[in-house]
Amino acid sequence: MLRFAVRRLLGAIAVLFAISVLVFLIFNVVPATNPAQRIAGKNATPQLIKNVEKEWGFDKSLPEQYWTQMKLIFTGEATSYSLAHINIDERILEGIPVTASLCIGAAIIWLAFGILLGYISAMNAGGLVDRFVTVIALIGISMPVFWLASIFLYYLTYKVELFPASGYEPLSNPGKWASHLILPWISLAVLFAGFYSRVLRSSMLDVMNEDYVRTARAKGLSQRRVTVRHVLRNSLIPIVTLFGLDFGVLIGGGAIITESLFNLEGVGYFTAEALGQQDFPSIMAVTIFGAFFIVLFNTFVDIAYAYLDPRIRLGTSAV
Amino acid sequence: MSAATEAAPAQPGAGGGPLLAVENLRVGFATEDGRVQAVDGVSFELEPGEVLAIVGESGSGKSVTAQTVIGLTRSPNSHIEGSVRLSGEELTTQSESQLQKVRGSQIAMIFQDPMTSLNPVYTVGKQIVEAIRAHDSSIGKKAAHARAAELLGAVGIADSERRVDDYPHEFSGGMRQRAMIAMGLALEPSVLIADEPTTALDVTIQAQILHLIQDLNRSRGLATILITHDLGVVAEVADRVLVMYAGKVVEQGTLDDIFYDPQHPYTWGLLGSLTRLDQPRPHRLPQISGSPPSLLRLPKGCAFRPRCPHEFAKCKEVPGLEARLPADPNHCDRCWLEPEQKARLREIEGRIGLEEPA
Repeated sequence: MLRFAVRRLLGAIAVLFAISVLVFLIFNVVPATNPAQRIAGKNATPQLIKNVEKEWGFDKSLPEQYWTQMKLIFTGEATSYSLAHINIDERILEGIPVTASLCIGAAIIWLAFGILLGYISAMNAGGLVDRFVTVIALIGISMPVFWLASIFLYYLTYKVELFPASGYEPLSNPGKWASHLILPWISLAVLFAGFYSRVLRSSMLDVMNEDYVRTARAKGLSQRRVTVRHVLRNSLIPIVTLFGLDFGVLIGGGAIITESLFNLEGVGYFTAEALGQQDFPSIMAVTIFGAFFIVLFNTFVDIAYAYLDPRIRLGTSAV
Repeated sequence: MSAATEAAPAQPGAGGGPLLAVENLRVGFATEDGRVQAVDGVSFELEPGEVLAIVGESGSGKSVTAQTVIGLTRSPNSHIEGSVRLSGEELTTQSESQLQKVRGSQIAMIFQDPMTSLNPVYTVGKQIVEAIRAHDSSIGKKAAHARAAELLGAVGIADSERRVDDYPHEFSGGMRQRAMIAMGLALEPSVLIADEPTTALDVTIQAQILHLIQDLNRSRGLATILITHDLGVVAEVADRVLVMYAGKVVEQGTLDDIFYDPQHPYTWGLLGSLTRLDQPRPHRLPQISGSPPSLLRLPKGCAFRPRCPHEFAKCKEVPGLEARLPADPNHCDRCWLEPEQKARLREIEGRIGLEEPA
């Protein structure tokens, strides 16, 4: 099990390296314009452009450029010229608690409702309850986040002042923290909950036809035990896959719309800012940051797989 | 778990009747194309210590019959009629939760494919423990685990103390089927239903598993229903045989009746398609021409009529399952031919077989 985890982690590091190279090439080599000029911003003086060229290594060979830029980003020395000379890494680090609060809360909601609805749906497959849950799930999947968030903001914070309008409150005041996050949580969770319930439903219906479920029934287990211990347990594997990807994307700055609409100054919010200003160093840093979380959570998923399905633990050594 | 609060189940064989009595069992499934009558009026009795083989092609209803005995075919789409009595107690009318107490503890079942019949995510021991504790939650986890190891040892798994904590994928096919049998035996049931237990195994392992079932049958008096399409398996272990075709029993009798004096042309066909090592090998193994009828559109009269070379006018009427040999009231079949005709027609090149259609 440990060897498996170590092997997976080494793989993840290799993938991250490849991603950083790819991102570097996309941002520095592919565009036809002078990258230093873009980094320096719109009204840059020739002197500033020269400084940027030196700082980001554009006067050197490509491998050296890569090395210089990664060093800037990973040592926390990269400064944004377009965004009021902020330190990019500090800005991302400040955003992490906000983004994490949003994503973890939303993830708990969407997993709970996704699994609950999927379970109910599968247990009543073809019946009225199933159809009702299906309609609810499809409505959830079909509602765009920006629309749902706007509706929430308009009706629940402006018309009826049930929740505070926007912004983030630190966790040191949990009540305030939660009241500021509850609408963003729900806005973000609805889509995923609907989607996960559909995936779990079909996965459970597949597993119900497995021979080992028949064995479980034949040995006299209660219906509940059969569905929870044998059907649900084995149906969770696709959910784990999806969750690893989705959660990695969001915590890596993917919740751009939700964070922007609710004025939560997290990583997604910063991504939106950087994109708006076409601030390449920031976009590059955020992209690598996001990729890091996607790869990290995929690694967690692989390790979780090995726990959920013991056949995977052997990995390649079994062949 | 409320098992402890329920009344003790009836003792096997109590009341003098047969251990298991199935009477006129009919199982139908609603499908999009109409109702499929998978089992149509099957009756049999099983005594303690007896091995009853149910033989037939795929789709003949043998597995559905067996699964219906323990209520595994119950679903909104299925329609079950007739009666299944275990020690005189009717099972078809029992609630799902009542049946749960019968499954595993009084009637155990093992299935065709041991590769897929064990849950891949739990250890073999855990799955046996689960079966034990489902019926008696007073047994501690440790005790149940020790019992699981002991059971694995009893079905011939070497080093069972260690192997009990292995996952199913770490077992070979034969070992998995042994583990399934161990799980079935965990609560000392009086009836074991083995649904093609050797079909997915290779030949040497088949023989081992059959001998294991036979041993258990003899040493524990375990009444066994053996479902198979392999007459070689039947010859090895069965006491009595039911031959099924298109949901109906077409012939029933003792092992000797079926092998040495078969009355139904379908049985002849099955026997004729066996490879015999004690006789010269024919160029090509004979087969029964055609394929089993669709259960949605059964032919009028005898269901075997379209494939039978000996068909005559009377076959348009459904033959009843009757004893047609005056000397043997327990040997029944569904064929209109006269016993003398049968004795003549089934001889093909010195052995029993079904004539090729002209």
